[in-house]
Amino acid sequence: MARPSNRTSLRIVIVGHVDHGKSTLVGRLFHDTGSLPEGKFEAIKAMSERRGMPFEWAFLMDALQAERDQGITIDTAQIQFKTEKRDYVIIDAPGHKEFLKNMVTGAASSEAALLLIDAAEGVQEQSRRHGYLLHLLGVKQVAVLVNKMDLVDYSADRFGAVAQEYRDYLHDLGVTPNCFVPISARSGDNIIELSRKMPWYQGRTVLGALDDFEPGAQPVELPLRLPVQDVYKFDERRIIAGRIEAGSLKVGDEVLFSPSNKTATVKSIETWRVPNPPADASAGMSVGITLTEQIFVERGEVVSHVKDAPIESNVFRARLFWLGQAPLLPGNRYTLKLNTSETEVTVQSIDKVIDTSDLSSAAADRVERNAVAEVVLRARGLLALDEHHRCAATGRFVLVEDFQPVGGGIISMEGYPDQRALVTRRATNLTAVGHRVSAAARSLRNGHKGGVMWFTGLSGAGKSTLALALEERLFAKGYHVYVLDGDNVRGGLNANLGFSPEDRAENIRRVGEVAALFSDAGFLVISSFISPYRSDRERARAAAPEAFHEIHIKASLAACEERDPKGLYRKARTGEIREFTGISSPYEEPGAPDLVVRTDLLAVEECLSELVTYVERKFAPDL
Amino acid sequence: MDHLDALEAESIHVLREAFAKLDKLAVLWSLGKDSNVVLWLVRKAFFGHVPLPVMHVDTGKKFKQMYDFRERYSREWNLKLIVEPCPPIEQMDPTLPPAARSAARKTAGLNAALAKHGFQGLIAGIRRDEEGTRAKERYFSPRGIDNRWNLKDQPPEFWNQYMTSFPPGTHVRVHPLLHWGEIDIWRYSQREGIPLIDLYFAKDGKRYRSLGDEDITFPVASNAATLDEIITELETTKVAERSGRAMDHEAEDAFERLRAEGYL
Repeated sequence: MARPSNRTSLRIVIVGHVDHGKSTLVGRLFHDTGSLPEGKFEAIKAMSERRGMPFEWAFLMDALQAERDQGITIDTAQIQFKTEKRDYVIIDAPGHKEFLKNMVTGAASSEAALLLIDAAEGVQEQSRRHGYLLHLLGVKQVAVLVNKMDLVDYSADRFGAVAQEYRDYLHDLGVTPNCFVPISARSGDNIIELSRKMPWYQGRTVLGALDDFEPGAQPVELPLRLPVQDVYKFDERRIIAGRIEAGSLKVGDEVLFSPSNKTATVKSIETWRVPNPPADASAGMSVGITLTEQIFVERGEVVSHVKDAPIESNVFRARLFWLGQAPLLPGNRYTLKLNTSETEVTVQSIDKVIDTSDLSSAAADRVERNAVAEVVLRARGLLALDEHHRCAATGRFVLVEDFQPVGGGIISMEGYPDQRALVTRRATNLTAVGHRVSAAARSLRNGHKGGVMWFTGLSGAGKSTLALALEERLFAKGYHVYVLDGDNVRGGLNANLGFSPEDRAENIRRVGEVAALFSDAGFLVISSFISPYRSDRERARAAAPEAFHEIHIKASLAACEERDPKGLYRKARTGEIREFTGISSPYEEPGAPDLVVRTDLLAVEECLSELVTYVERKFAPDL
Repeated sequence: MDHLDALEAESIHVLREAFAKLDKLAVLWSLGKDSNVVLWLVRKAFFGHVPLPVMHVDTGKKFKQMYDFRERYSREWNLKLIVEPCPPIEQMDPTLPPAARSAARKTAGLNAALAKHGFQGLIAGIRRDEEGTRAKERYFSPRGIDNRWNLKDQPPEFWNQYMTSFPPGTHVRVHPLLHWGEIDIWRYSQREGIPLIDLYFAKDGKRYRSLGDEDITFPVASNAATLDEIITELETTKVAERSGRAMDHEAEDAFERLRAEGYL
């Protein structure tokens, strides 16, 4: 009888700087564990002799002609390998910088990594970059192998120095390696057995390090995430198909689809050729479900429970690695592949580029090929996403340009709100009343059209000063005008809101709705709020699409900080105020404002006169 | 989830991605054990249906048992079967070694079929563990205008995001079994009760581990006459799976050349 089929297997990637001995290590591991196919040893020997070289282990992995001739690994090769404990799939990733995309391909699907460093050459650029990328790609288990110990006379001091340097680097990344092993892949030291040439080392062998790795477990304990791959109607059933990326679901669960925000109940979990249909399913499974209610859903949505739903936002921060031939630039558009959705996104800003060799970061106007950076990406509509540290599978994405994947990144929402609450309509059966007084009739009586002058700008830019002066000036001219300002709404209408990103977004949503009602009533509303997020201002515009005027009250951050009328910047700098716009949370400048008023260049009276002229031009009644 | 369940779930995910993203898509059916598993997984992914055509590029030189198998199961599984011929050997590159030249017919037949049907995607049951060049494959492997595989400049593939859109005039090979091992195929076939051609089972001390054209495929020495015996044999063997496939071994780079031209 054959052995049971559930012998475990583990995917391992081998990374490191070029020529630090990755392919040699694999050849050695295969040979020493008796995993080489018959005749392969002799074939490699013959191949080496034909080329006039000493026995070359690396030929085992480097199966391609081109690689043998150039002596470097081009792509990610994989082969299976066994120990007493389990099976391994070993992925040999190329060390050459230009082949980083192949290293990424190999490492992203691995559960653990062996990272090789040449004892003589020490820690090199790619040693660090690979360590950084393993971290970014989500490979949490790393054994560091200090190779070619034979070239440094098996020196304990040299091993200690290399290990310490790399340990410090990983520590700064927040990564704790599983172990450091001094080895010689070529001569077989500390691979399977402890080497007599290094009596000072009594730790794990490479084989021991491998067998100590834990297989990657499916995240069944996390909240449910089931990205919809497709909806099938092959027969009378309407099956929603996808793979559960996290959590679990069962028949009878109420589930939520994001970003469409629809809910439904799971009626069944469908299968083929299974005697008893399952009542539940969990992370890792490819499933199909049917729903009790007939709702329209499509590929790209994410199924979750109503509680612990994914975040909805049209903007997010990302730490990404860039593989594109052309640099990533602010304003560039790419296709975002997030779960099963595909959306066009624009690079709103590049916050910093990270130097993986010393982890320092610097401002930059572009991200070059093979670099790592922090950027802000924006989509037109809402996306369903997770922060990567909460749910890895639904908190990362790929960017595509001209059909090619050009980058990958992990998501953070630091400083950005979840917008779900803003778009969730809880009341149903609504019918808008039809007014019998038309907007034209109102504007004829009032002598001007209703509308919203939406002031946005940094704290201290002069929004309130200008709003109140403009109100006074327009009132004197006979306008029905009213200022909505932070303090007069936060005391009442928005008294239940604090200053978290979500509450600030809700604050602006309510102000936008109130402004729209005022505008409908024929008033000219001047709203004076920092309103730092584009998405919030777009929503306010959507509440009164025809009547909305976005006015950027603009002064440089330095000028505002210099003015600091309320002493808020000082408090933000000392950390007394957290999440202060412009300092510790983002201000997204308007992309195409209706008017820009430069308070750092013009005097108050000049600004006011610009505003009055604008109002008179835009709010005159149609005759 | 056990090992086979995990393999199956990954393959189903790949198949559903291909089906959702590619308009003109077909499954390649060589009648061998791997492509039978692919068809089985298609039926699992689509809840008993095979909602896409199944194409056999026929060299005309397969074993009789293989043709019998094709007739029987294309009916039983209700397949939309397409059979396409291969051009005669005289039209093949004469610089190739004999067996590789013979195998090249299949590539030519495949390319002709691609042109005829205008497929954007072909699902094929190759595995990384079969041999070196396949180890470097992607789940979604783009082919150029002339159907060539540019193995030195493949797109990155990570986090289950595949290359699913392509310049006009090119196509993609989809490889749902890429992460399976030979023994997994047998264990899964056993667990699921997937039918198999009897040439795989030993008779008179020989069996076929891999099936191709009758004239360039050779049996290996074996007494494994049942699924259990085959699995036990594979747990201990060191003989490579494709050792009986002549075109793999004629020259160091013969198979790589075949694959770059478009061979599976």
